[in-house]
Amino acid sequence: MSLSGCDAERNPAMFDEFLSNSKSWLNGKGPSSGIVFSSRIRLARNLAAYPFVGRASFQQKNQILKKIQQAHAQIPLLSRALYLRMTEIEDVDKQFLLERHLVSREHLTSPRGRGLLVSRDEKIAVMINEEDHLRMQAVTSGFNLQECWELLNSIDDRFSKTVGYAFSPELGYLTACPTNVGTGLRGSCMLHLPALVLTKKINKILDLLTKISFTIRGLFGEGTQALGNFFQISNQVRLGLSEREIIENLTGVVNQVKSQEMDARRFLLRKYKLKMEDGVWRALGLLRNCRLVSTQESLEHLSMLSLGLDLGIIKDSHLCEKGKGRELLNNLFLSVHPAHLQKIEHKVLNEKERDSVRADVLRERLSPC
Amino acid sequence: MLCDVCQKNAATVHLTEIVNEKVVEMHICQECARHKAAEIKDQVSFSDFLTGLSGKSQEKKGVRAKKCPGCGSTYREFRETGRLGCAKCYAAFREHLLPLVKKIHGSVYHQGKRPLTGKGRGALDVKIRELQNLLNRAIQLEEYEEAARLRDELKRVRRRKKSGDV
Repeated sequence: MSLSGCDAERNPAMFDEFLSNSKSWLNGKGPSSGIVFSSRIRLARNLAAYPFVGRASFQQKNQILKKIQQAHAQIPLLSRALYLRMTEIEDVDKQFLLERHLVSREHLTSPRGRGLLVSRDEKIAVMINEEDHLRMQAVTSGFNLQECWELLNSIDDRFSKTVGYAFSPELGYLTACPTNVGTGLRGSCMLHLPALVLTKKINKILDLLTKISFTIRGLFGEGTQALGNFFQISNQVRLGLSEREIIENLTGVVNQVKSQEMDARRFLLRKYKLKMEDGVWRALGLLRNCRLVSTQESLEHLSMLSLGLDLGIIKDSHLCEKGKGRELLNNLFLSVHPAHLQKIEHKVLNEKERDSVRADVLRERLSPC
Repeated sequence: MLCDVCQKNAATVHLTEIVNEKVVEMHICQECARHKAAEIKDQVSFSDFLTGLSGKSQEKKGVRAKKCPGCGSTYREFRETGRLGCAKCYAAFREHLLPLVKKIHGSVYHQGKRPLTGKGRGALDVKIRELQNLLNRAIQLEEYEEAARLRDELKRVRRRKKSGDV
C-alpha cells in the first residue's frame, strides 16, 4: 500500500482511520438523514489517447494509472488522497472497501492494472481502470446530491485540463458501455424504507420508479438484495439532459419516495403504535443481549431500531443524545459486515467467529453505558 | 428419491437441462431448485439484453465484420460483449450505435457539461449546440415549420465547421 501527495511514507493502518472517521458520510448529520442514508454521484470518464479498459494492454493501463497519479496531486481536493494499486491490497481490505462502497465488486475481481484514489474523509473515491478509465464518485451524508455534484464537478474540471477526455460534442463523454455515454453521470440516494416495507407498499413504488426510468437496487448496488430495508434509487438516463436536470429529476423522485415513507411511518404509529413499540424494543433487546448473530439478522434489527429512533419510540439517552444515535447506528450498519468485523478485531475470522464477534460489537456499542 | 445436489432432502423437482448438446436429467429438492432458478436467471447477461435492444434481426450480413480503425475491434465484438473498444468506435459504428443510444436514453444529443480543454469549445460548436437544443424543443412542441428552418440552419453551420471556417 502506498501513499502519495503530501504523505510519502507507508501507512498500513490507513483503513483503521476510516473506522473512526467522524467527518465521513456516515456521521448522520446531512439533511433528512433519518430516511436518506447517503447521496452519491458518479461520473464515468475516459482518456482520449488510450483504448477503453477492455481493449487496453497492461502497459497502457499502467500509463493511465501513472497519468492519474500525477494529475491528482495537483487537485486540491485530492492532493492528500490515498493512492492504491488494487494488486497491493489484502483480500480483507478489498472486501472492506467494497462494504464501504468505495469500490465496485467488478473492480476487485480482476485487480491487475487497476487503482484507487480515496480522499481522507472518504467523500471522494476514484476507481482507475474499472469499466472506464475513471469512475469518480462523491458521497455525502443524508439527502445532499447538490454538494456531491459541486465536489465532483470541480474535480472533473481539473482532470479535464490535464488528462484529455474522450468527448464528442454530439454524444458527450464517450464510455465503454453506451448506457453511460453522455453525461456519464449516475446519481443515487440510499434510502432506508422500513415503513414502506412493513405496509407492503414498496413493490408498487419500485414498479413505478422503473416505469419512469429510475433504477432501484439493494444495499450493494447491481444485482443485490435490499438488506436491512435499504434501497438505492438512481437515474437511468445519462444523455439528452444536463447534469442539473438529471440531479433535479432524481431529487424530485427521492423527495416523493421520502414523503411516502413518512406517510407510512405516521400511519404505522397511528394504527399500530403498541405493535411498533414492541418491535422496536424487541430489536434493541435482542441486539443488546445476543451472543451469536448473522449479518442479515443484525441488519433487520438495526433497521427496526433506526425506525424506533426516528419515531421517538426509543428514549434511551445513549441513543438519543443529539445526533449521536444516528451516527452510531449508521456506523453499525456497516460494522456488522464481515470485513469490518475483521478490521475491528485485526484478525481473520471464519463465519462462526464473525457471528460471535458481531454480537460482541453490537452489545458493547448499544449497551446503556 | 434424494436430491441430486444436496443429497439430504426429498427430490420433488425434475429438471431437464441440455449441456453441451447432451440431455442431463436432475432430480432436486425445492431449496436447491430455488438456487438453480437464480443461477439460470443470472445467465441472462447484460450484453444479451443490450445487444437485443439494437434489433438483431434487422442487421444485414457484413455489418458485424465492420472494424474500428482506432482499436481494431469489430461490431461483432461489441454485440457479444456490450462494450466498445475505444472512443473511435462511436464514429466507426455510428449508424448502428445511434439507434441503440436513442433507445437507451431517448436522445442522441448531449446537453451536459464539456471538458475545459479539447474539442467542442469553438464558437461554431457552441452555435451548433444552441441550434440543436432549439430544434429538439421545436420538435417536441410539434412546431414543424420552425423545426425545418432550424434544421436547415444547423446544416449550414455544420457545413461551415466541416470546411474549417471557425
